[in-house]
Amino acid sequence: MPRDEIDLRYTVERLSILDEDGNLDEALAPEASDDLLLSMHRTMLLARRFDERMLQLQRQGRIGTFAPVSGQEAAQVGAMAALRKDDWFVPSFRESAAALWRGTPMSTLLLYNAGYNEGGAIPEDSHDLPIAIPVATQIPHAVGLAYAARYRETDQVAITFFGDGATSEGDFHEALNFAGVFAAPTLFLCQNNQWAISIPREHQTQSRTLAQKALAYGIPGIQVDGNDVLAVLAATREAAERARGGDGPTLIECVTYRLSVHTTADDPSKYRSDDEVEAWRARDPIPRLQRYLQQRELLTDDDIGELEDALAAEIEEAWRDTKAQMERLDDPRNMFEHHYAELPPYLREQRDAVAGRARED
Amino acid sequence: MAELTMAKALNLALTQEMARDDGVMVLGEDVGVDGGVFRITEGLLDKYGEARVMDTPLAEAAIVGFSIGMAAYGLKPVCEVQFSGFGYLAMHQIEAHAARLRWRSRGRYPVPMVVRMPYGGGVRALEHHSESKEAFFAHTPGLKVVIPSGPRNARALLVSAIRDPDPVIFMEPKRIYRAFREHVPDDEETLPIGESKTVREGGDITLVSYGSMLHPTLQAAEQLAEQDGAEAEVIDLLSISPLDDSRFTESARRTGRVVVVHEAQRSFGPGAELIARLVEKSFWYLEAPIARVTGYDVQVPYFAREADYLPDAPRILAAAREVLSHA
Repeated sequence: MPRDEIDLRYTVERLSILDEDGNLDEALAPEASDDLLLSMHRTMLLARRFDERMLQLQRQGRIGTFAPVSGQEAAQVGAMAALRKDDWFVPSFRESAAALWRGTPMSTLLLYNAGYNEGGAIPEDSHDLPIAIPVATQIPHAVGLAYAARYRETDQVAITFFGDGATSEGDFHEALNFAGVFAAPTLFLCQNNQWAISIPREHQTQSRTLAQKALAYGIPGIQVDGNDVLAVLAATREAAERARGGDGPTLIECVTYRLSVHTTADDPSKYRSDDEVEAWRARDPIPRLQRYLQQRELLTDDDIGELEDALAAEIEEAWRDTKAQMERLDDPRNMFEHHYAELPPYLREQRDAVAGRARED
Repeated sequence: MAELTMAKALNLALTQEMARDDGVMVLGEDVGVDGGVFRITEGLLDKYGEARVMDTPLAEAAIVGFSIGMAAYGLKPVCEVQFSGFGYLAMHQIEAHAARLRWRSRGRYPVPMVVRMPYGGGVRALEHHSESKEAFFAHTPGLKVVIPSGPRNARALLVSAIRDPDPVIFMEPKRIYRAFREHVPDDEETLPIGESKTVREGGDITLVSYGSMLHPTLQAAEQLAEQDGAEAEVIDLLSISPLDDSRFTESARRTGRVVVVHEAQRSFGPGAELIARLVEKSFWYLEAPIARVTGYDVQVPYFAREADYLPDAPRILAAAREVLSHA
């Protein structure tokens, strides 16, 4: 009866392609056309400015609580840019940059944040799931979608986003396990933004990386500089190719940072230092990409100025559109919609009682 | 034409629906090779293969969560939670997502799935294997809760549940899986979800029940007729949600007297809602206080005492006599 060793592979790759100064590792750089680079930059900058505008609107009481994305734009846009429109996108609640890349109108996101269910509407031809709030609970859905896609003999993959805190939830582990067992073409994109509200990454798990959790499920895991949009693009592309080829899921840990509040109901000064935030601000993914694009002469200071003006105008246009939509959505009976394919009799009674009250007013 | 147990009738429904629609998927713990611990999924693996009949890892939340993903894609998963007492590990998936995804996405993602779970007492089982928590699910908007009471309606209701565009919690009274046989036609049969059924007509008192409790309720009705000369109308709810209140309120208006029977705990149980509807809709017709014969508000005792917990014909008969005693 020996007491010997089981040989387990126990290294985790870490990928970084574009450093903080905008220098590129040519050997690792993914193929990316000028157009792709510029549109990733545009969406990242739009997500940042949209975040800032929403924060203002929230402080003015015009919209409700929301979870800002600032700092995580590269992790989201880089990942989505690696995928096709018919791949499945399963977000949690901080994925506005990814949603903008997918083409979700800002007015829809604003409507959601203004407290209207209609803002969660998903167009019929879309492959995006709506925002999911309970942490990690959306992850198994991506595995089911991915499995279904393979069962129907497509080569679609499903990507799901979650944070470092989610890796402590049971649903995360159950989902990775299912994906491994059933070789479901799923991309698990963890945005390790260092904080789950007030709990730092190192209190979330004793594991040295989050990527290594893949090893327990027999699937590949990789750690990526999540503020490096090219590294995220490359890692996601590689994982997607593997999944499309029938080789199953991948866990991608994007090391990034939440530069803003958890949600607008949160005060981070209670649990983290300004020094820490400033250190991460120096690694901001947007200036990094911008420096690279300027080096490549794809973008000039003038271009950036023009782009900023155009984005500001788009955001204001979206807010005007949202306000107009809100005025048309004042019927309280809307709350009864979409619970069932057909409204059951007792719900019809309740809805009609609301209508009756509305008439009396 | 065959005389089938409820277990076989449920198997027939699954077998036929999987043949009819290649989007119907069966998954759960031990549902494949083993055919399910109650053998409800027996033979499906051989017929339809492991891509559609999935023996899953032991993880209720993922079984339901994964099914939600498949349903969002457009498939029709029928997942099994081995015992309803383990369903709580998937409760958040059921409440937060199965029940809400259609609503949250404004109709883009209906969740046409069935969560099958054996429930209820009477089989001398271990702790967590005997409870009746249908009220948990019935309290959640977006779900339908269906409970058959015999082989024929079990088969028809399961077919309807699989074809239903909304998530259905399909609770199988395990006590009657093999308790008796009924004629179940080979040809397709469905039953509308959300409709109750009058299974015995009578004008003196209304007895409302469902699931395995329908049977002691019917026994009590027969004894009432034989011994007291009082004719009870017996209504089988079949669906707990949507609750069909038209039939029992109409019956109560004729009889003026009602007893509600279920094995679930009493407080906030299905009977409480049912009686609230009766009071709202038939109050002026009632001639006596309404009685409830239910499980007590205790944990289901281990099996040596479960017969004292579960309603039976003598308790139902006593309650009916009490209700009939009011002039």
